[in-house]
Amino acid sequence: MTSEEARHLLFQSHMATKSCMSSQVSDDEKRKRENIRSLTMCGHVGFENLPDQLVNRSIQQGFCFNILCVGETGIGKSTLIDTLFNTNFEDHESSHFYPHVRLKAQTYELQESNVRLKLTVVNTVGFGDQINKKESYQPIVDYIDAQFEAYLQEELKIKRSLFNYHDSRIHVCLYFISPTGHSLKTLDLLTMKSLDSKVNIIPVIAKADAISKTELQKFKIKLMSELVSNGVHIYQFPTDDETVAKINASMNGQLPFAVVGSMDEVKIGNKMVKARQYPWGIVQVENENHCDFVKLREMLICTNMEDLREQTHSRHYELYRRCKLEEMGFTDVGPESKPLSLQETYEAKRHEFYGELHRKEEEMKQMFVQRVKEKEAILKEAERELQAKFDHLTRVHQEERMKLEEKRRLLEEEIISFSKKKATSEIYQNQTFMAMGSNLKKDKDRKNSNFM
Amino acid sequence: MDPLRRSPSPCSSRASSPRTPPCEMLGFVGIEAVLDQLKIKAMKMGFEFNIMVVGQSGLGKSTMVNTLFKSKMWKSTPPGLGQGPMPQTLQLHSVTHVIEEKGLKLKLTVTDTPGFGDQINNDKCWDPILGYINEQYEQYLQEEILITRQRYIPDTRVHCCIYFVPPTGHCLRPLDIEFLQRLCRTVNVVPVIARADSLTIEERENFRRRIQHNLKTHCIDVYPQKCFDEDISDKILNSKIRDRIPFAVVGADREHLVNGKCVLGRKTKWGIIEVENMAHCEFALLRDLLIRSHLQDLKDITHNVHYENYRVCRLNESHMLPRGPGWVNLAPAPPSVPTTPGPSKARQKVHNNFTEEW
Repeated sequence: MTSEEARHLLFQSHMATKSCMSSQVSDDEKRKRENIRSLTMCGHVGFENLPDQLVNRSIQQGFCFNILCVGETGIGKSTLIDTLFNTNFEDHESSHFYPHVRLKAQTYELQESNVRLKLTVVNTVGFGDQINKKESYQPIVDYIDAQFEAYLQEELKIKRSLFNYHDSRIHVCLYFISPTGHSLKTLDLLTMKSLDSKVNIIPVIAKADAISKTELQKFKIKLMSELVSNGVHIYQFPTDDETVAKINASMNGQLPFAVVGSMDEVKIGNKMVKARQYPWGIVQVENENHCDFVKLREMLICTNMEDLREQTHSRHYELYRRCKLEEMGFTDVGPESKPLSLQETYEAKRHEFYGELHRKEEEMKQMFVQRVKEKEAILKEAERELQAKFDHLTRVHQEERMKLEEKRRLLEEEIISFSKKKATSEIYQNQTFMAMGSNLKKDKDRKNSNFM
Repeated sequence: MDPLRRSPSPCSSRASSPRTPPCEMLGFVGIEAVLDQLKIKAMKMGFEFNIMVVGQSGLGKSTMVNTLFKSKMWKSTPPGLGQGPMPQTLQLHSVTHVIEEKGLKLKLTVTDTPGFGDQINNDKCWDPILGYINEQYEQYLQEEILITRQRYIPDTRVHCCIYFVPPTGHCLRPLDIEFLQRLCRTVNVVPVIARADSLTIEERENFRRRIQHNLKTHCIDVYPQKCFDEDISDKILNSKIRDRIPFAVVGADREHLVNGKCVLGRKTKWGIIEVENMAHCEFALLRDLLIRSHLQDLKDITHNVHYENYRVCRLNESHMLPRGPGWVNLAPAPPSVPTTPGPSKARQKVHNNFTEEW
């Protein structure tokens, strides 16, 4: 009988002999409060296969699971995921020289018998590599919030399709602690503290083959006490359902799991097992004495996957949603503690917003008018000045002209007087010339007559 | 190739994106244990199921409900006595019970509609029913948009409405057609031929064919709706069911001795009609459809389709405010008298617009 069949039988037997006396009492009380009668049937109705109908529908839809791996570069995140899901997801070693922490998400489709799983693995790239690690955890928080935001947006849409929606919210965060053997690093504490209210955190001690058994015990105790004393809420496996309560409770006491990951196979006896081979021995991955890998796989996948998804949806997502909506100003209860509907708040906000908008518009208009007036005044002033100048110039010009006229007149007068003088002098000259000329002519005539 | 591995159908968005290569797993991982986890969770939470039975009085609705769930949900009104004068308006009353079988609890709510179609003037007698159904949707919507929500919102929405067609043998009456047309857009409707023991097998078949023809002519889409068939196996299963709709049923809550066995049946002078005998009536088909195979499907379609349609219409109803981008109006529904035809007409129109868009 394979282990899966054994597990199925175990579950079925638990379900059949489920004598939940305590829960039945509380159910009865609840029913009495709601005035609901409990009815006994006289025959077989046939709805005990309802869970099967539910399961069939889930099989049709497929499952979705998103893991976030946070840890320093080279600590073994990708190898562990490979080992957990027994595949070789294509990946290469990442460099140590990234200036900022980034997140890399990859989605894979896995299928085991008739269950389809859409697995998204998000790895941090460059975590813990920078010299200044102050901003290391911020990209992680932002990524988680972005996934919640996307879901919230889809939920608030008018025409939405939630059952088709590819849920990308992170269901579990595997935090890889490096096996120093001493205590948590400050970066680890800081990161976990900022993530614990947003996602289910499961801390794991990576590369656990570097610690010996005794050191490991002390290390685990130290780590848990540090987490508790710093108020970090890591994910506790649920202990309310008695089918899994016992095993979960015992696992809770063994956190954090010390894991070793490897996809290499080594021959032990006559079987090939996944292991890491050293000169001093072989560390088998699936041997519970060597490391807690099997426990991690049990808890993460086989027992609590559904609970992880539910916690993410009903606790972390609801918290995010509540905070986001309250931030935007929506409340359930108004100032007189009457229940306030979303619409009233929205309308109020909208009015406020429009009022603000109008006010700003008015303000801008006023400013514009003011500026125009000012400009106009300046221009008028300039115009006046120009006009004055023009007038002044014209006057000056006139004056000049008059002066010139005056001068011209004077000049003309002078010319006239001069010409008069000239005329009189000419006349005088002519007179003298004529008198002299007659004498000359007489002389000339005597001379000429002599000749003739 | 695993025979159970279904190819994704075009109407669902399950097609793998280019970024999701299917990976081969080299060994045991344990993913299918999640099915057991789901089952445990379901057993713990229990199930809820809400049915509404609609039909004229005397068609055997209460008896049918008692037979379906093998318990005395109601005292069926004995013929001839009745509860006094007929109620003047349609009153709905619901009864909730918790029944348990093999550790599984089912919270069953049955809503009855006495007085439906009993008056002289039956105009708009579907309005109280539509009002009730929408009220349940409204309750759920209001719970859903709260800031601090409950973990599990109690589901009082009507998952299935069984409509009792009187066995006239001819065809669907105008009242039936009107009612079915309006209701099949808001809720899953399963029509049944009531009191089928008054029809012979041949008459039954003819009646059934005629009803199917009527339904097709008037574009009434009863459950299981053709457009929600996801893949081949669903189609085959559902077309078998669609072939037999409406089921011819007989209800009985008294047991009689037949061939040494105690069976539920009706005793008449000419024989005993066994309820669970497939040769006598199709009660077993109805029971299987409702409870054993399609209960979860009914709930899914109510939640994913009918409730979403209602939500879209509510969020789009306009008020005085101008609409801007991202505008959402979530005002509580005006406390209208359920007999106003306004909202349903608007909804039908919007629905028609939607279907035209699609």
